[in-house]
Amino acid sequence: MNAMQDYHSGLNDPNSRKFEIFSYLPEMSDEHIELQIKYIINKGWVPAIEHTEPNNVDGHYWYFWKLPMFGESKVDNILAEAKTCHRIHPTDHIRLVGYDNKKQSVGTTMVIYRGPINKF
Amino acid sequence: MSSKSYQAGVQQYRNTYWEPDYTPKETDFLACFKITTKNPVCYEEAAATVAAESSTGTWTHVWTDLFIDLERYKARAYHIKDIPGYENIFYAYIAYPIDLFEEGSIVNVFTSLLGSVFNLNILRALRLEDIRFPISYVMTCGGPPNGMLVERDKLNKYGRSLLGSPIKPKLGLSAKNYGRAVYECLRGGLDFTKDDESVHSQAIIRWRDRFEFVMEAVKKAEAETGERKGHLLNVTAATPEEMYKRAEFAKELGAPIIMHDYIIGGICANTGLANWCRENGMLLHIQRTMHAVIDRHPFHGVHSRVLSKILRLSGGDHLHTGTVVERLESERNSTLGCIDILRESYVKENPDHGIMFDQDWGLTPGIFPVASGGIHVWHMPALVSIFGDDAVFLFGGATLGHPWGNAAGAAANRIALEACTDARNQGINLEEQSKDILRDAAQHSPELKIAMKTWHEFE
Repeated sequence: MNAMQDYHSGLNDPNSRKFEIFSYLPEMSDEHIELQIKYIINKGWVPAIEHTEPNNVDGHYWYFWKLPMFGESKVDNILAEAKTCHRIHPTDHIRLVGYDNKKQSVGTTMVIYRGPINKF
Repeated sequence: MSSKSYQAGVQQYRNTYWEPDYTPKETDFLACFKITTKNPVCYEEAAATVAAESSTGTWTHVWTDLFIDLERYKARAYHIKDIPGYENIFYAYIAYPIDLFEEGSIVNVFTSLLGSVFNLNILRALRLEDIRFPISYVMTCGGPPNGMLVERDKLNKYGRSLLGSPIKPKLGLSAKNYGRAVYECLRGGLDFTKDDESVHSQAIIRWRDRFEFVMEAVKKAEAETGERKGHLLNVTAATPEEMYKRAEFAKELGAPIIMHDYIIGGICANTGLANWCRENGMLLHIQRTMHAVIDRHPFHGVHSRVLSKILRLSGGDHLHTGTVVERLESERNSTLGCIDILRESYVKENPDHGIMFDQDWGLTPGIFPVASGGIHVWHMPALVSIFGDDAVFLFGGATLGHPWGNAAGAAANRIALEACTDARNQGINLEEQSKDILRDAAQHSPELKIAMKTWHEFE
């Protein structure tokens, strides 16, 4: 029991590519995403949806999906935008962002739909 | 005609330096000292002596006193407070006019406040508990080269605390094997690895070789994981010239961050290096070797909250604090006070946390507190709950001591951090549900599962 295991990562293995917070956890269910959206709304942050090709994940600037949703506080509306973006860009990573306009920063950002890694 | 004449001889300090009716000015520096007297000397005289000796006074009258406007330049003891349960020990509050200090020079603040007062014969011990720096002086200091927000933007890390590990054994590894240990930690999911503070440029591991091997490791781990990473390259050296040489080479190699030991290296070197980092776009991690020599004794020395304040003014983007977990309540509260001092833009007086004055930081950026020492995955829920996202956690033994090696250890820590952050976001109480959160996360991670088993006696 507890035999030593190999921790594999490699330059040519797309599974090694991470995308910051929660990329070491399993992909989220819709119920899970809703809770994260609620967290962003309760913090008073501006929700936004962004996406990128999985091989451009390390750039600072991903593609905006429309504009950040200023003043939007309905979880369903935000989730619907994320789903639409995911449907139109099925091979991209889709991330949920909470822009913090008080700190001039990002409160949190997480990939909620993962593009297929074999497209990498 | 002058109103005073010169009379040689010794006078009681309290006649000049004790002013209980004084209202401190906004531009005054305020200091709170904990004074232990040797003989039953009166508290007012002891407080006045500290005020005098740390500003304009000396033990006897001198005729040149009459050349100056003492009312403008002298410090004033304006308040004393008993400490319940102790005899001959009390708090003295002293106000210093801003004219006493060169602008932008923490070095000068310390040469005044930490000078011969700590040697006074009438005192058994003296401890500087807190300083209120007036905002007008704060604005003359360079402060952190970057601050937390800029660091997050540069490293692309949001919504969670940052994770790192020092490399061990701290001495003895060749530069090449050292780089291997760095690579394994970073590819497994840490944001940083770091030099131990005692790693400088010993014959076994010369700095130039270490920097080159380490940066190869950082770049390969970045390419593999697609995430930004760094190794805290220690540039603390025997001379400032050597320090800058090492900093320049780190920059040449594309390193995002370097580190410096601000007490051993000195506040002068630190402020200079912080300025260099600001000009060169480098992050600066700060070690505090020797701090316990200065801040550990409860009745003598300088409290760590003062050392934290002066570092934020002198410049640095990370500073070590305590870990808070597994400590006495008094130490825990005092560490929480230090964390506020490093991160917040305005800190209110809070005697429970040892904060004796309001402190306005103006536009000085907040910096990351660093929790390090003896922490492992079972501590993660408490760490996330206490520190929140704005902290750096260094898991040394708990990364390098993982049964499957550094990469698996790093992954275990990263998964534990993400699971706790995720649970916190969902509104789950981290301290109450800590075991369930970790056990659930371990279902998807054999690395975390074996880590939890390895350190289960701390469960």
